This record gives sequence, structure tokens and C-alpha cells, in this order.
Amino acid sequence: MSQDGPGRNQAGQDQAGIVIAGAGHAGGSVVAFLRQYGWKGRITLVGEEPLLPYQRPPLSKAWLKREATADNLALRPARFYEQQRIETRLGTRVTAIDRAAREVHLADGGTLPYDRLVLATGASPRRLGLPGAEMSGVLALRSAADADALAAVLEPGRRLAIIGGGYIGLEVAASARALGAEAVVIEREARVLARVAGTDLSAMIEARHRAEGVEVLLDAAVEGIEGEAGAAQAVRLRDGRRIACDAVLVGIGAMPNEALAVECGLEAGGGITVDLAARTSDPLIYAIGDCTRRPLPLYGREARLESVPNAIEQAKQAAADICGRPPPVPEVPWFWSDQYDLRLQIAGLAFDPAEAVLRGSPEDGSFAVFHLAADHRVLAVEAVNAPADFMAGRILVAKARQVAPGLLHDSAVPLKELAI
Amino acid sequence: MPQVTYIEHDGTEHRIALEAGKSVMQGAVDNAIPGIDADCGGECACATCHVYVDEAWLAQCGTPGEQEASMLSFAATAAPNSRLSCQITMSPALDGLIVRMPEAQH
Ligand SMILES: Cc1cc2nc3c(=O)[nH]c(=O)nc-3n(C[C@H](O)[C@H](O)[C@H](O)COP(=O)(O)OP(=O)(O)OC[C@H]3O[C@@H](n4cnc5c(N)ncnc54)[C@H](O)[C@@H]3O)c2cc1C
Repeated sequence: MSQDGPGRNQAGQDQAGIVIAGAGHAGGSVVAFLRQYGWKGRITLVGEEPLLPYQRPPLSKAWLKREATADNLALRPARFYEQQRIETRLGTRVTAIDRAAREVHLADGGTLPYDRLVLATGASPRRLGLPGAEMSGVLALRSAADADALAAVLEPGRRLAIIGGGYIGLEVAASARALGAEAVVIEREARVLARVAGTDLSAMIEARHRAEGVEVLLDAAVEGIEGEAGAAQAVRLRDGRRIACDAVLVGIGAMPNEALAVECGLEAGGGITVDLAARTSDPLIYAIGDCTRRPLPLYGREARLESVPNAIEQAKQAAADICGRPPPVPEVPWFWSDQYDLRLQIAGLAFDPAEAVLRGSPEDGSFAVFHLAADHRVLAVEAVNAPADFMAGRILVAKARQVAPGLLHDSAVPLKELAI
Repeated sequence: MPQVTYIEHDGTEHRIALEAGKSVMQGAVDNAIPGIDADCGGECACATCHVYVDEAWLAQCGTPGEQEASMLSFAATAAPNSRLSCQITMSPALDGLIVRMPEAQH
């Protein structure tokens, strides 16, 4: 849109302005960037949850361990939305998009007209489509309400069965141990973090969880949940084993909330299709965050990313495009996770890696794994308690640097010189 | 309440009151002050809340921890008075603090 598009220079409330569907990390960020980049018109943030935008990362970490307050969780205080004249419609969902009329329908019966619409609907936990999955005590973790339900069962002496050894499952296992509860991780693949990490990192993380008293079951296929009077009491594996527990956390990934987009004919499938300005196939509609499938210019392909940095990057892309600013420089995808005293920081994506180079020593609890392409281009870095290696790796990935494996492996070679 | 002044790269000043216990990063985010990105929400994981602490306030702000120092050493625009603002906690002793923002965080 040009500099003098609607809302750019007028403070008028008579126009439709921008409507955001979804008040999570991406939705909460885009409203702030819109104001920062100079959008003066109306902004309406519609969210299904009853809360103002909040951070999800602590839900499996500090919040679960009761180390964070609601204040810490909120992205911004309530007065921010007043001061920035951002109208919020919480506790109601957008049920349909009428592209011809340029309006959205709300579950509370209302409609909202829009000049530009931003879809920031996030993702929903994948359901366990197995017998017993509907029993009480079978939990998922996405929202603050989910985290409160989970926290209620994490007490000393109680046992939590966690289906899925991904980041959320493992973070919850670590938090459960911190609270004195027992945890069993049930993973279908031969290693934890199988879809998202290299084998060295998986092995190190698995060993640490075992050392902390977490039971880790690998190659374990779940047959169903068993219980009494509708309450879960055990996970039944296909090999016949019965894992007794007081509650079950299902952490088997998330599905993009793209139904709204699909139903109104936007291009989608495994995420709403967007370009590097977060535009969908309708020039008036943008999509950002976990609900999107986006280009990855560094890797020449598309993927759906589920991370806070991605939500923020795409929020900037959409806000910049709406306000007629140049698009932000594409960033290296990155992610972090905290388990026990381990800080994992991962930058880049290891598509078709040819070689993994270890730097530092897993035994000392501080190391990094660099994933290289056949031509030694650095594709990704996985750092554990090694922030300098993470920062260096992020720069090497951004610059598509080719580095001899021997240099990366040798802790005596400062990475700073290779990176900068 | 203690006051902090944020000075953008272009010289624009923002003076706010910041409750003791909150981080200098959160103060910027809560008050829509541009120039501090804080992608990780204050976990010292991303180095996108980099600021230069006014020399007069350096000592009161303490020294960066190990994690922070390593992250900062890779920020392209780091200087001896660089800090990650998520790691500076507001206190009455910091009343009047002045921080400046780099041109970009990324
Ligand atoms: C437990 C947990 C731990 C995590 N830890 C990390 C971490 O350590 N690091 C990291 O980078 N990322 C982490 N993530 C991922 C990160 O939180 C997400 O990538 C991020 O929240 C995505 O933001 P979003 O706005 O796209 O989606 P969300 O934050 O999920 O927000 C979407 C919002 O839209 C609402 N909504 C959906 N449909 C509608 C509709 N039709 N109308 C109105 N509202 C609607 C939803 O209710 C939700 O509130 C974690 C996620 C979870 C669940």
C-alpha cells in the first residue's frame, strides 16, 4: 500500500481499518508494529481466548513451575492497548471471512468491516486419535488455561505420562521433575526430538532426562488410554505394556488453524500460503505466525515454522507492507528451549545436511553441533549452554558461509573471526 | 517511580517511569518505544534488546553475566558500554538512567 493509503495519515475512526483475527504472539506483535510504523487508523484485535496477548514459552517452563506471574506472561500491559488506541474483542472468535463484502463474522453475532485483514490464528495441538483420548486427565498444552490444568496434576508423588518426545513434552518433563512429580516420556521414534534435532543433540538431551529420573521409552507405539469412570489411569502400548499414570500429556505436534482461510478460498495447505511480505493470495489479507506456510529464502523452500521469532518476523513483514515500508531483511529462523539448567539455542534449519560437526564436549554440558551441506555451507547450529557458538552460527548461516569442518570442531579457533 | 530515558538512534528521547523490578527492556516494550525488539521476551536468548548504557550509569548497572557477555560479543555494533536491556533490572538506585539504542537490532 502507498504512503497515503487509508489510515496512514488520518486518525479517523469512521473507516474500517485493520482487523486482526487471533490475539496471540503474532497478533499481539503486529498491532504494536503497525503503530510503531505509523498506522494511525483503526485497529481491532479479535481473540478467542479471554486474555490479552501473552507469551506461550513460559507455559511449559517458568509458568508451569509457578515461577512466573500473569504480569510476566502478558506481552504488554492492558494500558498499552488503550494508549495505542487498539480495540480488543476478546473471548470471541472470527467464524467466517466475507472477502467480497470485506468483513468478518464473529461468534458473538457481530460483523467487523476491514480495509486489511491479518490472520494470526496460530496452531492447535494435534489430537491423539486413539481409544480413550477423550477421557478426563488427557491434557494438551497450548494455552494458559491448559497450563493451569496441567500444573494442577504436577505434584510430588504424581506420575505424568507424556506422549511425544518433542520440545513441549521434554520441557514439561523437566518442569514436572522440578515440581517433584514423576514423568514418563513415550516416543514413537527411535530418539527424542527426532523431527527437529540432530542425533547428537537428541542423545545428549535423552541422557540428561534419564539422569534426572525421567523414564524415556523409545520406539514405543501407543495403542490407547485406559482408565476408570472416564478418568485416564494408564497408557497402553502396542507391545502390551501398560504405563500407569495420574494424567497424560499429549505433545505430538500442532496443526495450523487455517480453516478460516480455506473456507474463503485463500491458498493454503499445511499452513496459509504467504510471501515474504506475509501476503496471502488475497492482496487485502495477510497471515502471520504459526498458521502460515512461508518462504525460506536462505534455503530456497517453504515451511511452516512454529516459533516466537518467526511470529515476530512475520508481524514485522505484514506491518511494513501495510504501512508502505520496505520489507525487513529476512532473518535466520531460530528457536530456544530450556530444560533443567540446559539452554538450547538453535539457528537455521538442517535441510539435507551432509555432515554434523561437534564443537565442545557434551560431557561438560556445553557444546554445539554445526550442520553443514556437502559444500561445507553452514545450514544450522544447535547450541547447548554455548551462547557464543549460537551467535556465531546464526551469523554463519545468515551469510551462507562455507567453513572447513576442522575449524568448527577446534574449540581453540575463535568463531568470531570466521563469522564477522 | 524511578525514571529511565531511552534515546533512539536518531536522537528521539523517551522518558518513562519504570517500576522497580521490571527490566529496562520491558519498559521500552510496554511503552511502545521503538528500537528494542526483544524477540525472546527477556530470556537473554536473542540479543535483540541491545542498548548502550550512558557512561555515568555503567557502574550502577553492574556487569553482564557470562551468557549476556557471550551474546553481546557477537552483536555487530557492540561497544564497551553495551548491555542487553532485558538483563538490567530497574531499582531506585537507577533512577535517572539513560540508555541509547543502536541503529538496528538485527
Ligand atoms: C508450551 C509452549 C512452549 C513454547 N516454547 C517456545 C519457545 O521456547 N521458543 C519459541 O520460540 N517458541 C515456543 N513456542 C511456540 C510459540 O509460542 C508459538 O510459535 C507462538 O505463540 C506463535 O504465535 P501465533 O500468534 O502464531 O499463535 P498463538 O500464540 O497460538 O496465537 C493464536 C491465537 O489466535 C486465537 N484464535 C485462533 N483462531 C481464532 C479465530 N478464528 N478467531 C479469533 N481468535 C482465534 C487462538 O485462541 C490464540 O489465542 C511454544 C509454544 C507452546 C505451546
